[in-house]
This record gives sequence, structure tokens and C-alpha cells, in this order.
Amino acid sequence: MNARRNPGFAVLRHVLLLAGAAFMLAPFAWMISTSLKPPGEIFLDHIRWWPNDLHVVENYTAAFTRAPLLRFMLNGVIVTATIFALQVAVALPCAYALAKLRFRARPVLFGAVLFCLLIPPHAISVPLFLLFHQIGILNSYAAMVVPFTISVFGIFLMRQFFLTVPDDLIDAARMDGISEMGIVWRVMLPTAIPALTAFGIFSVVAHWNDYFWPLIVINSEHLLTPPLGVAAFRNQEAGTDFGPLMAAATVIIAPLVIAFLMVQRRFIEGIALTGMK
Amino acid sequence: MLEPALAGPAPAARPAASARTVRWAQMRQSATAYALCTPAVALMVTLLIGPILAVVALSVTDYQLGAQTMAFIGLDNYADMFADRVFRTSLINTLLYVGTVVPGSVALGLGIALLIEAGDSGKAFYRAVYFLPVMATLIAMAIVWEFMLHPQFGLANLALKAIGLTPQNWLTDGDLALWVLAVIGIWQAVGFNMVLFLAGIVSIPRFLYDAAEMDGVPSAWERFRLVTWPMLGPVMLFVVVITSIRSCQVFDTVHVLTKGGPNKATEVLLYTMYAEGFEFFRSGYAAAITVVFLGFVLALTLVKIRFLDRQVHYQ
Repeated sequence: MNARRNPGFAVLRHVLLLAGAAFMLAPFAWMISTSLKPPGEIFLDHIRWWPNDLHVVENYTAAFTRAPLLRFMLNGVIVTATIFALQVAVALPCAYALAKLRFRARPVLFGAVLFCLLIPPHAISVPLFLLFHQIGILNSYAAMVVPFTISVFGIFLMRQFFLTVPDDLIDAARMDGISEMGIVWRVMLPTAIPALTAFGIFSVVAHWNDYFWPLIVINSEHLLTPPLGVAAFRNQEAGTDFGPLMAAATVIIAPLVIAFLMVQRRFIEGIALTGMK
Repeated sequence: MLEPALAGPAPAARPAASARTVRWAQMRQSATAYALCTPAVALMVTLLIGPILAVVALSVTDYQLGAQTMAFIGLDNYADMFADRVFRTSLINTLLYVGTVVPGSVALGLGIALLIEAGDSGKAFYRAVYFLPVMATLIAMAIVWEFMLHPQFGLANLALKAIGLTPQNWLTDGDLALWVLAVIGIWQAVGFNMVLFLAGIVSIPRFLYDAAEMDGVPSAWERFRLVTWPMLGPVMLFVVVITSIRSCQVFDTVHVLTKGGPNKATEVLLYTMYAEGFEFFRSGYAAAITVVFLGFVLALTLVKIRFLDRQVHYQ
């Protein structure tokens, strides 16, 4: 706690932090650097960060044409957006009821929510796979979306938030003749925007990056999500054409990384929520 | 309630509301509540509670996907599992991996957080840089790591050669592969832990440091030992537990980089479960492995909940 007073320590602090930062950034730098290089400069026997001959257009065009990268990204958007929309549609009314309405089964239901929080998603993959096989929805968007439509974490988080909303607000809405459904969407939802944003970032990041579940249920190329797509691209290139492969990796991590750099604080809050889970 | 006026009118002061209308309003409210909860409850039962019970039930059967019959075989799957060399290797590897990633990423996360908070310049920059791997799609980055570790043209070996050391076969050397995966695990987890520690450090009251200084505690180390460390105790426990839970779920890097090899050197619990359940379709056996995995995660989660309960009150 003395960089402010001790110039020697202030320098040491930066030296240590920069050394660590170099290690953290090395894979990103190597990825981008390789995505700019022609094959001749990728297969060198010494380190070269900036190529003599830029091969940007060739590599990125190859990434988009040799694999349906745009299709993968579109699948990623469809899956993450649908999951988030359904999670909100299911969780918000339930969270409102748990926080603000009185009914006999409330303690039991809240207990069930807390119990379900304990279930890791990997642990239910075998029975869910058998279920989806049975009803014939494997290898479809539904197979990727359905298991995550219920977010007990979302219910828990939104309930905690709704507890802090004053009852007067709800009573006033009831006096105005707004239905209970109307209260959920027109009164509670607007007050919950900050919590919902954090939950949204958490949900979108988790499902954009998810590999395990889509790997299990998807095998058609046109349904691959970005992580599956980049892995398939790499298998198909058999690890020889690194320029386009690194270009594809760059494109796939770009949306979240750019969004993160623009609104860092919100992202960090949203991801730190995972710790609660 | 401070004053009756603030507490709202007592029921008796509302003659219009007869007992019957109040009861009717209550019934209406509880009917609404059930209606609002129905979708969530239905999905919870079919997609979470049902499957978790099914895992336990499946684990005592010989079910294989596509088989016409299914028989109850008691604990045979568990007996097979513990007799199986692959499963034992997998269990040990998972423990080694967790035992490396947890201390590594917790100690580094704490160190980085302390260094960042020890000065004023560059705070936002460092926070963003260290957090970046948490955000970036792990599969894409695993593929990047694979190329960085390329025996001939990868950054790691080129750097070793440049300083005169022997290049390594990072991912195909059975003695190295698991540790390489652990380093990637630490690289990915450290930013997450840093953020949690930063929150913990910021919430330590300043006056404790001022008091320590006035009491004649001169060195930064002593102030750390006497103030920061004890104040971070609860955060520390929390970070250790969630890092353990997250790292025992290691799968993505194994699946992309080593497929459990070479010669089972990086076989981990979730990967074994995946291979049995979704490559060989031995559902019953995979369910038994899942139960063991679940046991680990639940034990760790219960530690976390005991701790959280002391911190926040749900009700």
C-alpha cells in the first residue's frame, strides 16, 4: 500500500504487473499476429510479431469462405438471444410471485429453487440427451435452447432484487387496475433493468462460449455455434493452415471482447455473478 | 413500525372490506401466484429435478443408448468404475489439476489485485487486461494455445530457443501435458479471482490501515499480515471454493487439445463421462461417473452455501 509514497515500489509495481499482462496478452497477440501473416512467415524458426508481407485480406477472406463463419455467428446469436428471452419470460413472473405474492406453496417452491441451484449443468447431460433422443429433437436449435430456458439462478437473482422494490409501487399499480401480468412486465421489469442487464451479460457470455452441450446434441454443420464452428474448422484444416484459422478465432472472440472493452464495469459485474451460482 | 400513521390503516378502520372480500382477494392472489409460477415449475421438474433423479436411477442399470432392454444391476457400475484403471487415472488427474489450478489462480489473483490496488496509475488498464481471458471464448483460445505450443513454429518453443533452452513437446509429452493444461486453466481463471479480490480489498475500511500506522506498524508486509489478510479471510474461502468447483469441471481444453491423451495423461472426470456417455453411449456407466462428479461438486457447493449463509440472509 505504498506505491503512492515510495517511487521505487511504484516502478516495481508496474514492472510486475506489465510482466503478468504480457503473459495474459501473449495468446491474443500471437493469434492476431498469425492472422496477418502469409504461410511463409508463419513457418519461421524465430519469433516475428509483425509480418513483412501483410496477408490480412487473404486470411480473413479464407476464414469466411472456407467455413461458414457468418452462419456460425448467426447461430450463436439465435441461440443466445432465444435462451435469454425465454429465461426472462419464465423467470420474471416466478420471481415476482416468490418475492411479492402470498401463497401456500411459496416456501416449498423457494426451497426447490435453492435445491436446483446445486445442480451443475454437466450432471444432467446424460438423461437430457436420452430424453431429447426419445422425443426426436436432437440436432436442432431446440436441443440447444430448451435445457437453458429454466434459469433457477435467474429466478433467485430477480427474486432477491424484487424484494427491494417497495410494496407501495405494486399497490398503486393494482389501484390503477393493472393486472398481475401487467405488473410483472410494466412495473417490475423497468425497476429491474440493472439486475437484468447483469444477468443478461452473464447468460449471453455463458452460452456464446458454451462448448459441452452443443457438442453433445449437434452434428450438422449448418447448426454449429461459434465454438463448435471454430473447432470444426481446425479439425478440417488438420492444423496446417494457421493464418485463416487464427483469423477465424479472432472473429469469433471479437464480439464479446469488443463489447467488454466498451462497457467493462458492467461486464465484470455480470461475470462476477457467476460466483454466486 | 414507528408510528401507526406510517403503518397504514388497521383492518378495523376499513369497514368496507368485509372478511369475505379479504379472503376472496387472498384466494385470487394465490391463484395468480400459482399461474405465474407454473411455467417455471413445469420446466424445473422436467429439465432439472427429473434428470438429476434419473442420473442416480440410471447409474444402477446397464442401459446403453439404443438397447431394447435395461436391467437393474445394483452397484455393478460403481464396482467396475473403481476397478477400471482409466477411471482411477481420471480421478487422480482431476485432483492434480484442481490442486494446481486452485492455489495457482488464487495466489496470483490475490497478488495481482493487491498490486493493482497499491497504486493509482493504470488500474483500469490492468483490470481489463487480466480479465480478458475470462471473457474470450475458451475453445477459440484453446486453439490459439495449441498453435502457441506447436513443437516447431509455436511461440513457446521459439522463445525457449531464443534464450538457449531445449524446446518441449508440450501437449504430446505425457509428463508435461496435464501441467500445460493447468497453466491454461490458471491463465483463464486468474482474472476472475482478481475481480473478486479487488471487491474484497476495496471494502476493507481505510481507518484500519491508518490505525495500524498510528500503532507503529511500519512495514507494508506487517500491514498486510495484520489488516489485509484477516479482512480478506471470507473472500478467500469463497474464491477457493468456487475456483475448485469451476476447475473440477475442466473439459473444453482437454477435448480440443489432448483428447485425454497422451496415454490417458490428461484424462479427467468430465472427459471420461463424455466419452462413455456420448461416444460409446454406455449411459448407465456414464451416469455412475456423473454421480461421482456430482458428489464432488455438491460437497464443494455445500461449503460455499454454509459460508454464504453467514454472509447474506436469503429471507
